[in-house]
Amino acid sequence: MKSRFLAGPYIAWMAIFTVVPLGMVVYFAFTDNSGAFTFANLTYAWEYWPVLLRSVWYAVAACLICLVVGYPVAYVIAQSTASVQRVLYLLVTLPMCMSFLLRTLAWVALLRDTGLINSFLGLFGIGPAPLIRNSGSVIMGMVYNYLPYMIMPLYTVIAKLDPRLIEAAQDLGCGSFQTFRRVVLPLSVPGIVSGITMVFVPAVSTFYISQKLGGTEDIMIGDIIERQFKGNLNQNLGAAMSLILMVLVFISIGLMNRFTDDEEVATI
Amino acid sequence: MRRLGKIWTFIVYLFLYAPMIVLFVGSFNNGKDLSEFEGFTLANYADLFRDSHSLGLLLNSVILGLASAALATLLGTVAALGIHSLRGRIRSLVMTLTNIPLVNPEIVTGISLSLLFVFIGRYMLGTENILGFGTLLIAHVTFNLPYVILSVMPKLRQTDPSLMDAAQDLGCTPLKGFFKVLLPQLLPGIISGAIMAFTMSLDDFVISYFTYSSKFVTLPVEIYTYTRKQIPPMFYSMFTLMFFLILFVMIGMNIVQARDEDRRKKHIKA
Repeated sequence: MKSRFLAGPYIAWMAIFTVVPLGMVVYFAFTDNSGAFTFANLTYAWEYWPVLLRSVWYAVAACLICLVVGYPVAYVIAQSTASVQRVLYLLVTLPMCMSFLLRTLAWVALLRDTGLINSFLGLFGIGPAPLIRNSGSVIMGMVYNYLPYMIMPLYTVIAKLDPRLIEAAQDLGCGSFQTFRRVVLPLSVPGIVSGITMVFVPAVSTFYISQKLGGTEDIMIGDIIERQFKGNLNQNLGAAMSLILMVLVFISIGLMNRFTDDEEVATI
Repeated sequence: MRRLGKIWTFIVYLFLYAPMIVLFVGSFNNGKDLSEFEGFTLANYADLFRDSHSLGLLLNSVILGLASAALATLLGTVAALGIHSLRGRIRSLVMTLTNIPLVNPEIVTGISLSLLFVFIGRYMLGTENILGFGTLLIAHVTFNLPYVILSVMPKLRQTDPSLMDAAQDLGCTPLKGFFKVLLPQLLPGIISGAIMAFTMSLDDFVISYFTYSSKFVTLPVEIYTYTRKQIPPMFYSMFTLMFFLILFVMIGMNIVQARDEDRRKKHIKA
């Protein structure tokens, strides 16, 4: 078969524009300004471990909230009639096509002290409640932005569930909670895994959400990297932080994929 | 239980759409502040169509989206045909390569490309201003390619290989067989890959932010630069118009898809 050579240009493209650039990140992470080998960037980057820890903790919190919030929604969508399913699914995917910058700015207008929610609360003499510039608002921003990424794979898995399995469980004496815990939940693990992956990666590396909705305490690893490159500070440090972020992401994806043996799941 | 689930779903959809409703209302607002409605006006829409600067930004984004989607679709479809006939370790290696941009954080993809571009510019082309349309295009094609491949590959798996043999037995050249037999079957996957690539490119901020220069600015990058000053309300009008445009495109795609599925179901029954 000659057709396998058709993959050639693509492999060359991906090698030049994904593998080589990642090699550049590694190179910059291990060199100083003059190009000499050094570990200084990594040791310096390590001083930011509280930031790294905070990023992971926010992202994990966002993942868990997305899962708890999104699962019932995915379930309701999957149980609807075919035409309702289409409409509801479209409405989940639609926000992903819209500018996340403007949507996040709209949250600022909703949450800030003179914002819509606080003005509304003010009518009853409450507030202003501190709804913005704290860890809660950053995590909420992540949940808001990445919830569709959780609902989509969950829906795909739940919609494919064979209803006869649920009937069988009920015939064998399972109550609705037991049916859910013993049949529906274990079978939706692939969806949960890919949902968590799809929420965790963008959440842990965000810088816009924390800049807009977070306070001065809520700096994330993405902010530090962005500042090193766009603020013309220390590109080598930025590369070292990126390397750490990348390794962190690959380790967590590797860990998540141990819960499922289907290799295609992670890419849905 | 069931009712509880429905109420919950409604609340979640409200959560997802509340900020967009704020932006819709803001597009008709006479004031600049999103949280204060100072009266109904269409002036923001009029401003939008008079302002050549913001329309130019939109045009830039559309040009980049179309160019990168077209390139990625072409390269990706050809690549999918090639990957389909790969076996074993090379195939899994290529699929891993495909997954890298999907699983890598966008910020890492962005800075890694910018490091490469600056390096090439400085040491191979002798210029400090390499960033521009070209680098944006390369970056967008790179993150679009996996989406095209992942939407063409499943269609390729569904095709019957004996159809190509039959076409050639009936006198088609391999190339003619491809265009007459294989391509029509792959077309739904190619089109959805192209549309996905276009929307990803149109909405991309993070990767563009690290690979653009003031020579060629896209809409999301410009919106980001407004973080410190008040954003002009005409951008809310643009958001509203784009929302309904995308909504109609998606509804259209859905109808086509639903018909396609119905046809397939009838086919199976017959």
